[in-house]
Amino acid sequence: MIHRLTDALNFQTQALALRSERQRLLAGNIANADTPGFQARDFDFASALRDATAAQRAGVPSPVARAEAQLRWSLPAQTNLDGNTVDMDRERAAFAENALKYDASLRFINGSIRTLQDAMRSHSQG
Amino acid sequence: MSMFRIFDVAGSAVSAQSQRLNVVASNLANADTVAGPDGQAYKARQVVFTTELMGASAAAGVRVTDIVEDDTPGRRVHDPKHPAADEQGYVTYSNVSAVEEMVNMISASRSYQNNIEVMNTARTLLQKTLQMGQ
Repeated sequence: MIHRLTDALNFQTQALALRSERQRLLAGNIANADTPGFQARDFDFASALRDATAAQRAGVPSPVARAEAQLRWSLPAQTNLDGNTVDMDRERAAFAENALKYDASLRFINGSIRTLQDAMRSHSQG
Repeated sequence: MSMFRIFDVAGSAVSAQSQRLNVVASNLANADTVAGPDGQAYKARQVVFTTELMGASAAAGVRVTDIVEDDTPGRRVHDPKHPAADEQGYVTYSNVSAVEEMVNMISASRSYQNNIEVMNTARTLLQKTLQMGQ
């Protein structure tokens, strides 16, 4: 019965785990901006989350493993003589966007928790 | 918690970039060094960056694997009065290119800043995560 209460949180939890995974991946890309031959990687967040939620319904709760299976090489807008494909502008933009959306997921979770707490409190007061 | 790995990744990059800055400083300091008694002037050094995988997952850090010396011949200037001049009156200076080193320095410092910012963002996000549900 108690899992009904936490079901609402599960989706955002998956999103949060994937966001932190992507954040780490982008940090790796930025760290390797000057490494010759480094190939920047990223994954499609929407399809990774879709897969993760589908897998969770099937009972395999590991969004991070799903994301790693979906890693893609990013294509550089301008080629580089040393074979490095990190596009700093894109990586920084993606990093900022991902940080913001991580924050958003956190807020959604906090909101759900507060709603649940309010529901419990009003019962005990009533 | 994969967010904690960001500190390892960005930290490795910051350390690698500071090593690069160190080498640039050494090169710039020796930009006007003349050849010693062995006839060998200071040779410009460059760091070699390599991707370092951190743990089993896809986290990719950086490491300086090698420091190579530039083998181009040093600058030769005709100055017979110089104490280090050879028989033909030429003085051999180091092969450091000040312009190249300045560009290298700016690039290293920008990358350093970028990685510090990455760490700051990760820190803020983790702090908010720790306060979840409060």
